[in-house]
Amino acid sequence: MKLSRFARLVCLLIAGIMLAACQRHDEAAPWQLTDISGHMPDLSFRLTDDQGKAVTAADYHGKVTLLYFGYTHCPDVCPLTLAHLHVVMQRLGNLADGARILFVSVDPSRDTPEALHAYANAFDPRVVGLTGAPSDIESLTKRYRAAFSREPDKSGGSYDVSHSSGIYIFDANGHARLLATPEDSQDKLIHDLHLLLSPGGAT
Amino acid sequence: MKRHALLAWLMTLLPLAACATQAEQIKAGYAWIRLLPADLPAGGYVLLNNQGTSNAILVSAQSGTYGSVMLHQSSTDTRGSDTMRMLDHLTIPAHGQVALVPASYHLMLQQAKHPLKPGDKVDITLNFADGSHLQIPFLVRPANATD
Repeated sequence: MKLSRFARLVCLLIAGIMLAACQRHDEAAPWQLTDISGHMPDLSFRLTDDQGKAVTAADYHGKVTLLYFGYTHCPDVCPLTLAHLHVVMQRLGNLADGARILFVSVDPSRDTPEALHAYANAFDPRVVGLTGAPSDIESLTKRYRAAFSREPDKSGGSYDVSHSSGIYIFDANGHARLLATPEDSQDKLIHDLHLLLSPGGAT
Repeated sequence: MKRHALLAWLMTLLPLAACATQAEQIKAGYAWIRLLPADLPAGGYVLLNNQGTSNAILVSAQSGTYGSVMLHQSSTDTRGSDTMRMLDHLTIPAHGQVALVPASYHLMLQQAKHPLKPGDKVDITLNFADGSHLQIPFLVRPANATD
């Protein structure tokens, strides 16, 4: 009798440990993208949006934001990334209304708000084009260690810009949470954005 | 005399067989253009299959629709930075395939001579090292098209 009570206690203890282990496992790996929580600063900038309006990170408070650096004279990789993000937004359905894709130009001399407006709208209504003073753009790229550099001019005065391809994802409070690369699948993005965007989700 | 004639006839055939032009060896498929607003440079994509027994070397391309067509390659360096570089040639190996697809080899199309819209067809001519040409119709697709 005494032994069986002891055995029951042991069973309970083991079950408890297993449950705790399960929970810890769940907490450790809800994300499929790279978790950058606590490793990157909160979203902060002072730029001009594609309507010509001065904006700061506070204007996007309450939205999950996807920060991506690029430029409109980039015919290959930038459109590919934005087209993929468009599909991700479509697949998220109504939840996507809680997200904004912030496409920050690293080529402000050519990317006027008007040029960015047409470009952003060609991909998805949730893409916001942002441009501004070169120093403001540089401080934003430095904040997220996203390097960019202007390549030597080609014939006809055109030039290319090398830039980081990462997509930085911030929660609705502007905290840096995840980093995606263009190689990450749409499924991974959808999984993690679903978590960030769901009411009572991982905020 | 008769044998000579046959030999002569055969000799005219030989160079013909060996001289299928590089353009003739190439079968092109899935040719499309990602159209961007205003007069922004656009990317042109196509799959090139070399069905011949020798390499085909693409050296340039042109189009009546664009003022400039360049052969480019996008790549990501070790720091995760995207860059583009111009190529002076692209070899399509014998019995091999080279894919011009997003984030890799592509044609950079600039200075459109008239406005384009999704659904349009644009002819682009590929020029090969032996002087042969291949004209391919490219389908114009919207900016947010994915494969």
